[in-house]
Amino acid sequence: MSTLIDVQSLTKTYGSGDNVQTVLNEIDLEVKEGEFVAILGPSGSGKSTLMNILGCLDGYTSGRYRFGQKDVTGLSEAELSLFRNKQIGFIFQQFNLLPRLSARANVELPLIYQRLSKTDRLKRTSEMLARVGLEDKLDHFPNQLSGGQQQRVAIARALVTNPSLLLADEPTGALDQANGRQIIELFHELHAEGKTIIMITHDIDIAKEATRIVHVRDGRIEKEERVR
Amino acid sequence: MIRENIRMAWLTVISHKMRSFLTILGIVIGTASIITLMTVITGVTDSINEEVATFGADRMTVQIEDGMKNGVSSAELERLEAIEGVESISPTTTQSVDVSFSNQTAMKTVLGKSDAYFTDSTVADGRSITPLDVTSRTQVALIGDTLAKNAFPTTSPLGETMTIGGARYTIIGTLAPSSEFSMSTDDAVVIPVTTALHQFHQNTIASFDLYTEAGQSESVNEEVTRQLTTAFNGRDAFTVTSFEDALASIDQINALLSMLLIGIASISLFVGGIGIMNMMLVSVTERTSEIGLRKALGATPGKIRQQFLFESVLLSVLGGVVGVLFGAILALGLTMVMGVPFTLAATTVGLALGLSVVIGVIFGYIPARKASNLQPIEALRNA
Repeated sequence: MSTLIDVQSLTKTYGSGDNVQTVLNEIDLEVKEGEFVAILGPSGSGKSTLMNILGCLDGYTSGRYRFGQKDVTGLSEAELSLFRNKQIGFIFQQFNLLPRLSARANVELPLIYQRLSKTDRLKRTSEMLARVGLEDKLDHFPNQLSGGQQQRVAIARALVTNPSLLLADEPTGALDQANGRQIIELFHELHAEGKTIIMITHDIDIAKEATRIVHVRDGRIEKEERVR
Repeated sequence: MIRENIRMAWLTVISHKMRSFLTILGIVIGTASIITLMTVITGVTDSINEEVATFGADRMTVQIEDGMKNGVSSAELERLEAIEGVESISPTTTQSVDVSFSNQTAMKTVLGKSDAYFTDSTVADGRSITPLDVTSRTQVALIGDTLAKNAFPTTSPLGETMTIGGARYTIIGTLAPSSEFSMSTDDAVVIPVTTALHQFHQNTIASFDLYTEAGQSESVNEEVTRQLTTAFNGRDAFTVTSFEDALASIDQINALLSMLLIGIASISLFVGGIGIMNMMLVSVTERTSEIGLRKALGATPGKIRQQFLFESVLLSVLGGVVGVLFGAILALGLTMVMGVPFTLAATTVGLALGLSVVIGVIFGYIPARKASNLQPIEALRNA
């Protein structure tokens, strides 16, 4: 398998002079295509900052980040937007659906930022919602859906542009046990289909669902372990 | 993308109905005032122009005030009438004398006029002064509308006898009510100018109207001024007022008034624009997480800016459309009350709507830029 993510000596600091605070310190990380990696760490460990940088939502102070064969350093904000749109599907703890839009319109959102005809957008949107088992909820609004259903809409939205990477931030954090389980099962299915998934979590039990766990503590990678 | 932007903007606007309504109120009031003012001003101008047109725009009035010579002689008047482009000259003499009817005597204005004074609409009843009346100095009179009603409340004055300064005259007609744009003759008596000159022992005319052929008024004005300057040996003894001058000054006043009123309306549009900017800034703050999400999903800063600009333009255009409707209704009512024609010019509507788009863009730009500059990570943190 070829390398999808290649991070070398990645450092992120805030402040300047005597007040420098190092959030990420010399991180090296490699993720191959098709991997299901969990980044595990307590709050304040720097795992969220790492996820933001991996998702090209945030910049870094020094080091190198290659995604695919592409060095994303120095891309403009507009280029990064398009890059995220094509390459990365985000899944958030709080789902982050737009409340005034139907499930279908929420999933359609990333496609609107591509030059796609309305017919194509509708087709792919419906396909994705069917893929996550919500073919009968196309026109429901977020407040008419359960938490688990909302997260599945969010996953459909993350998948709809067929990105190289799914980046999930505490995807089960706001869900009860049963719904969380369903989401994890969906992740397993996607993994089996060949999707590359990086999941950020503070929960060791959730992290164990992945194939590899990267332990982050105090801005460093403490250890990596292969789970299965 | 544009359709999506409009749809999103519409969704946002209608999901905060009250807030959107209050936000566009300033624009509504501004646009409505522009429409109302422009329409009413146009109506008034049109009605003045119409009035002047029936009255004769190709007319000038000459007034003589000279200590040495009271006016122009008949011979001088004939020379003026011979000027190229002059159609006719209508002389006027004015006296205040005792006028008596069978039962009452009062001081009235007596105007001496020639047949040139009369048009189709001058006489309400009876006949006008004829050239024969002028040449043979007949003792006939026409009386004003008010005077006729007062002196002869129940009977027709035609054929009745009256005395003017002791001389007996036969009433041959009544004058139509005066228009508001000329000196009132409603309480006056009109007799042949020659009769008046004879009776009041005068031989000069101090005031006359000069009718010119269409488009000749400027050259005639110059020639009349030249001849009169010669006649009065260069003394500043006369004034020539043409209706074209009067029209031009009316237009000038109108233009000034329009500018002033449009200025006031622009202030309310400006205030309306600030209202939109304020509301858009609030909206950007409220939707920080939405902006962050959209950026994460692939919206470029330009797309975010576009989305918010569409929203502010939609708000201001809504305000513009509602304002045009309100303004048109208000203007219709006002013009009906004022009795002037109602014409809603397409340019006026275009101007009002165009202005509202411009305001939406100008006042929406700062909030839109603020939205587009939000960092996705900052924005998402607020989720």
